[in-house]
Amino acid sequence: MSKIKNKFLELKSKKQKALIAYVVAGYPNENGTLSAIRGLVKGGADIIELGLPFSDPLADGPVIQNASYIALQKGINLSKFLSLVKKIRKETDLPLVLMTYTNLLYKQGYDKFISLARKAGINGFILPDMAIEEAGEYLKAIRKNKADSIFLISPNTSPKRIKKIVSVSSGFLYLVSVFGTTGKKEKIQQYTIDAIKNTKKLVDGKIPIGVGFGISNPKQAKFFIKKGADAIIIGSAFLRLIEKLPQKDIETKIAQFTRSLKAVTISQ
Amino acid sequence: MKIKYPKAGKFGEFGGRYIPETLVPAVEELEEAYLKFKNDKDFKNELDYYLREYAGRPTPLYFAKNLTEKIGGAKIYLKREDLLHGGAHKINNTLGQALLAKKMKKKRIIAETGAGQHGVATAMACAALGLPSEIYMGYKDTQRQKLNVFRMNLLGSSVHPVMEGTQTLKNAINEAIRDWITNVKTTYYLLGSAVGPHPYPVMVRDFQSVIGNEIKSQMKEIEKKIPDAVIACVGGGSNAIGTFYPLLDEDTEMFGIEAGGEGIETDHHSATLNAGSKGVLHGMLTYLLQDREGQILDTHSIAAGLDYPGVGPEHSYLKDNKRVKYDSVSDQNAIDAFLTLAKYEGIIPALESSHAVAYAIKIARKFSKSNSIVITLSGRGDKDVEVVENYLNQNVKNKK
Repeated sequence: MSKIKNKFLELKSKKQKALIAYVVAGYPNENGTLSAIRGLVKGGADIIELGLPFSDPLADGPVIQNASYIALQKGINLSKFLSLVKKIRKETDLPLVLMTYTNLLYKQGYDKFISLARKAGINGFILPDMAIEEAGEYLKAIRKNKADSIFLISPNTSPKRIKKIVSVSSGFLYLVSVFGTTGKKEKIQQYTIDAIKNTKKLVDGKIPIGVGFGISNPKQAKFFIKKGADAIIIGSAFLRLIEKLPQKDIETKIAQFTRSLKAVTISQ
Repeated sequence: MKIKYPKAGKFGEFGGRYIPETLVPAVEELEEAYLKFKNDKDFKNELDYYLREYAGRPTPLYFAKNLTEKIGGAKIYLKREDLLHGGAHKINNTLGQALLAKKMKKKRIIAETGAGQHGVATAMACAALGLPSEIYMGYKDTQRQKLNVFRMNLLGSSVHPVMEGTQTLKNAINEAIRDWITNVKTTYYLLGSAVGPHPYPVMVRDFQSVIGNEIKSQMKEIEKKIPDAVIACVGGGSNAIGTFYPLLDEDTEMFGIEAGGEGIETDHHSATLNAGSKGVLHGMLTYLLQDREGQILDTHSIAAGLDYPGVGPEHSYLKDNKRVKYDSVSDQNAIDAFLTLAKYEGIIPALESSHAVAYAIKIARKFSKSNSIVITLSGRGDKDVEVVENYLNQNVKNKK
């Protein structure tokens, strides 16, 4: 069974929701990423999303844009990314999800890229600019390499289309909570609450629903869990924290913040 | 070869829709509206009215007698898009899309711009049609083209400088897409070239096809035949596809000319079709300038309007099918052509269009005197005189 699916089953039996944490590989540098991941593991994150930076991240807000830019300046590339994943795999058994943009896979060939990433220890893939209409080759490679394909839906995605997306999704379904790019700080909107409710009804337990984009603190996380999210996805908030920290403090401070987030996913 | 309307947005393997899910309903709504209005009699009449009375269509097809005599080969004609309101072909597309946005009852228009030509054309069309517009422009471009920023402000647009990455056209498109994702319900994204997710490439092509259609009928009138060759510059490729498309089924040779910059063997050029490889950017599968891993490269051209690492997907299709020959012209040759046309014909071409002029100068002699070549002069060069002056001064210094 898929590592991600397993994780959700395990959490369900413990009556917990999932905390999914995102960091950019190579930001602030390779060792900094490793420290951050150690912090995430210690703090109790359930799934780790690793961003492989792309030069033109058009679904990302300023925080992830900046982190991607710096990581690329410092020389992150596919082979360094894969060796970083291998290092992480030696330290943790948590599901690892790779988030990047379609071109980096297309350029290598979907099968070659996915197979390399799988071998290094990646379990699932998120491509924010991959629409299902274009996903034929990608999905073939996903199935061949027994990986999970995590697609995104948005508050304006039609019910008919959500069903189509669910039919090719595995691992979890990524519900983008706001109209906007990653890291957008905003008050909680009624349309987000409606979207969670409607998606839950449509999905009918077939796949867990992760809610992300713009969630930055335990209070918001708790609210979305109450409204029905199976997982909370947090990225920019971690990167904002890392940005401010000296290297030596990254692990402990990230662990601390992770703990505060994880706490709200455990039902009292 | 002629794809009237691309099925699933595909020109062969190129094009498509590689976009964040939030934009899917928006491009579907756009496609639906476009299909509804493109053959609508009232819409067409209204657009024709604005193109004629506001923008100044049809544009002349001018026989460049002096240049023809100087080179001594085919007769050279200039399709004078530089005489349009705003000084470039961009207005053909902005009027079409702004009118469509109005029919769609969109309240706010956003656009990207490189050198500022599309931004200015958007600001003009929006002012004429009473729509508010906001323009994204790379910070570096706002500094290089201060006058165009001021022009857009005069025309009632606000300009947002983009600080991301290389702070040029590519980043301006990224930021416009991000704005669109954020304000998807109210906002119309008025894309300036035949690029992006379906239906933009086909829609922009259709709005620009007025160029090729006029060339066809004007040549039939003047020369009693279709042109033997047409030449246009290619950045994103909107003036070129507008020139080529109506002539694709004819026996006309076609040349798309990219920016060779300091040479396509260097890192300093924008010759995507000549030196690029297939990839996915800005919602489309097309040729791109990218490294081995798929990271998009920085580009260079003396002509800011050609300074883009991608190209319209229909051009990628026409390249692979060998219907159009894509070649490149260096900064230096473009400058020489700029000077030649100014001196012999009294016409100052945009540096973008100068690439097409340079190529015509190069190949005209290979044709006989009974042949006719049409160059699409996509814009006028007033915006470029300072760049050219600096370039020439720099060369004088280097020679000393």
